[in-house]
Amino acid sequence: MPIEIPKDKWPGSIQIVTIGATSAEGGTRTQTVTLGGETTLPFMHFEAPTPHAPVVAVEIKDRHPDDWSPLLADAWGSAMDDPAQWAKAAEAAGADLIVLALTLTKADGSPTKPEDAVASVKAVLGATGLPLIVWGPGQAEADNELLVPIAEAAKGEKLVLGICEDKNYRTIVATAMANGHLVQARTPMDVNLSKQLNILVSDMGMPHDRIIMDPTTGALGYGIEYGYSVMERLRLAALQGDAMTQQPMIVTPGFEAWKTKESKVGEGVPEAWGDWNNRAINWETLTAASLVESGADIVVLRHPESIKRVKAAITELMTA
Amino acid sequence: MALSGIQIYKLLPQTNCKECGFPTCLAFAMKLAAKQVELSSCPYVSDESKKQLAESAAPPIRLVTLSADGQEVKAGNETVMFRHEKTFYNKPGIFIRIKASDGAEAIGKKVAAADTYTVNYVGMELAIDGFAIEADGDLAAAVKAVREKSKRPLILIGKDAAVLEPGLQACSSETALIHAADASNWEAMAELAKKFKAALAVKSESLDELADLTQKIQAAGVEDMVLDLGGKNMAEWLARSTQVRRLALKSNFRALGYPVIAFPGDAGDEGKESVYAAQAISKYAGFVVMDTFSPEMIYPLLVLRENIYTDPQKPIQVQPGIYEINAPTPDSPVLITTNFSITYFSVANEVEGSGLPAWLLVTDAEGMSVLTAWAAGKFDAERIAKSIKEFNLADKVTNKRVVLPGHVAVLSGELEEELPGWEIRVGPREAVDIPAFMKQVLN
Repeated sequence: MPIEIPKDKWPGSIQIVTIGATSAEGGTRTQTVTLGGETTLPFMHFEAPTPHAPVVAVEIKDRHPDDWSPLLADAWGSAMDDPAQWAKAAEAAGADLIVLALTLTKADGSPTKPEDAVASVKAVLGATGLPLIVWGPGQAEADNELLVPIAEAAKGEKLVLGICEDKNYRTIVATAMANGHLVQARTPMDVNLSKQLNILVSDMGMPHDRIIMDPTTGALGYGIEYGYSVMERLRLAALQGDAMTQQPMIVTPGFEAWKTKESKVGEGVPEAWGDWNNRAINWETLTAASLVESGADIVVLRHPESIKRVKAAITELMTA
Repeated sequence: MALSGIQIYKLLPQTNCKECGFPTCLAFAMKLAAKQVELSSCPYVSDESKKQLAESAAPPIRLVTLSADGQEVKAGNETVMFRHEKTFYNKPGIFIRIKASDGAEAIGKKVAAADTYTVNYVGMELAIDGFAIEADGDLAAAVKAVREKSKRPLILIGKDAAVLEPGLQACSSETALIHAADASNWEAMAELAKKFKAALAVKSESLDELADLTQKIQAAGVEDMVLDLGGKNMAEWLARSTQVRRLALKSNFRALGYPVIAFPGDAGDEGKESVYAAQAISKYAGFVVMDTFSPEMIYPLLVLRENIYTDPQKPIQVQPGIYEINAPTPDSPVLITTNFSITYFSVANEVEGSGLPAWLLVTDAEGMSVLTAWAAGKFDAERIAKSIKEFNLADKVTNKRVVLPGHVAVLSGELEEELPGWEIRVGPREAVDIPAFMKQVLN
C-alpha cells in the first residue's frame, strides 16, 4: 500500500537576494550570486524545488595575515601575500564569491588607510569576476572609515558590506543604500536579536532584498549546537511567515573552525586527535556541512580542501 | 500517538466506582492522559481497552538495544524533529565496519585500535560503540577475532541467512543486529533473528516496500527492527530519513517507527565519508557504520554527536576542578571561572594563548556562564570558597591569591570573609582581555 508522505506547506518564503552586478546592471562582475526563494526547509525537494543552492564564499585578507594557521599558509602559498592573487586562487579553488576581510594595520604596523582599503578592493575586483563581500577590520570606527570610501569607489557593484552589528550599523547601512550595495547584519546567536537588527536596518529604508543576516555560529565542539538550532528556528520562523526572519543567512564556519585549538595547534595535543591537517579540514568541513543543512545560504570558508568538500556536499544535496 | 483524556475516558468502564481513588472515570482519564497515574489502578478496565491504551502509550520510534557483555547501544525513542523542540535522546551508535575476508590478523589490528580509542572532550571520554562485520569470508572466525579484542556490540552484515548463522552462533549470548532483510530473503532472516533474539535491519530503496516488509516481519514474530533507507546521494537519504521520522512522529505510522541505520563508508572516499556521517548524526540516524577508523575523522564526529544530542535546556558542562594550563608551578596565578563549557573554553583558550602558566579553578555553577550563574545564585562567594577547599587549592599553590572574573567584582568582599588569608583580585570582564591582564597586572 502506498504511504502518504506528510508534507509541510508553509505560508512564508525566503527573501530573494542577488549579490554582484554585471556590466549590464551597472557593475563589472562577470557573474552574480542569487540566494533565497525557498518555500521549504533545506533540501526538502519532495515538497518544493530549492530555487537557489547555498554557496561557498572564500575568505581572503588584504595582506598576509599574522594569525592564521600555518596549514592555511601552506595551502595558499605565496598567493596570500597579495589580495588579487589570493582572489584568483580562491576562484580557482571553487569559490562562488569572495570575502575580502580588511586588516586594521598594514604589515609595518601603521593603520590601514582608506586609500589602501580602496586599492585592495579594486585589486580584487580587477582580479576576479566573482561577486564580493567586504568586511571592515571589526572596530566600529575603522569599519566606518574604510567602508564608506569603498562603497563610493565601487558604486553599483552590489557588494555586501559588513559587518553591521547593533552597536554599529547606521553608517554602513547609509553608505550601502547610497551606493547600491548590500549589508551583512550580525547578531550573537539569538532569534530575537537577529530579528531586531533586521528591523533596525530596514527601518533606515534598506530594502529587504539587500540585507543578509548573519546569526553567528560556533565551531564544532565550541557551541555549534547553539548556532545550528538558532538557524533552524530562524528558518522555521521565516517559513511560518515572519517577514523579519526571511533574510538569507551567511555564517562563518571557516573563521570559527580555524580559531579552535584542534585546527590551530599541531604539537603538544592529545594523540587521540589524529593527523593535524586532516583534523583541521574535517573540523572546518563538518562545521560548514552541518550549518548548510540547518539553513545557511552562504558559508564562508578558508581551506581549499574544505571548499571542495563542502561544494561537493551542496551539489549532492541539490541533486533530487 | 498519545490519546487525550476524553479518548481515554471512552475506553474506561464509565461507572464512576471511585475504586481508583478518583471521584469519576473522567477525572481518572485526565490523570492518565497526564501520565500521573497507572491504568492498573482501575480494576474493571477491559482487556480490549488495555491493549488499545498500551498501544497508544508505545513510543512512536521503537527503542532498539544492542548488547554484548554488559555494553549497550540504544537507538530510537525519539520524540521531536528538531532538537530545540525538546532534545534528541539516544546518541547514534558509531560502528566500525570490518570484512571477514580480511583475516583474523588484520581484523584484530583494526579492532584493537578502534576499541581502545578514547578522546577527552570537556571532561568526557568519548569512544566508538561497536563493530560491523561483513560476512564475505569465515564469519564465525571473524566474530572470534573481534571478540578477542573488543566487548562492544556487533552488527553482522550479509544477505544469506545460512552464511550469517555461524556468526550469530559465535556470539549467541549477545543481542546483535543482523543486516539486512529485503524482499528476497526476509523470511529466512526473520527466522534467524528470532532464533538468536537479534535485532533485524530491513532494507529497501522504497518506503512503501520497506513498510510492507516490516509488517510481514513483525507478523513473523520479530519486534526489534532497524531501517536501511538506501539512497543514491545525500539529498535522497536526507529526504527519506526526514520522511520516516515524520511518519513515525506526526502520522504515528508504526510500520516505519524504527531507528535508521546509515552507511557513510559506502561513499568510498574519506572526505565524503565524514560529511555523510555528519549528516547521519544530525539527521536522525540511530546507527552509523563507518569504514574508516582514523582519529582525525572519528574525533570531530564524536564531538558533533555530543553537540547535537546535548539537551538544549542543559548546556554542556565541564567537570569542576583545578585545570593546569601551560604547566603551572606553585607560584603561578589562580583564575576562577564557571563550568559552562563555552565559558571554560573561552577562558582556557585565552590563558593558553597568553603562554603564561596558570591554574584555572572551575567551580560548579550548574553549567551556567559567569553572569547568568551569579544572577541565579549559583556562583557566589560561598560556592567559590567551597570549591577552593574541596579541590585543595591551598596544597597546590604557595601564593594565596585568586583572580575573580570582572563581572563578579561585587563578590570580592564576601570572598575575603570566606577565605581569610587569601588575596582576592578582580580580573577583566571579558576573556579576551585576560592575556594582557596576566602580563601587566599579575607579573
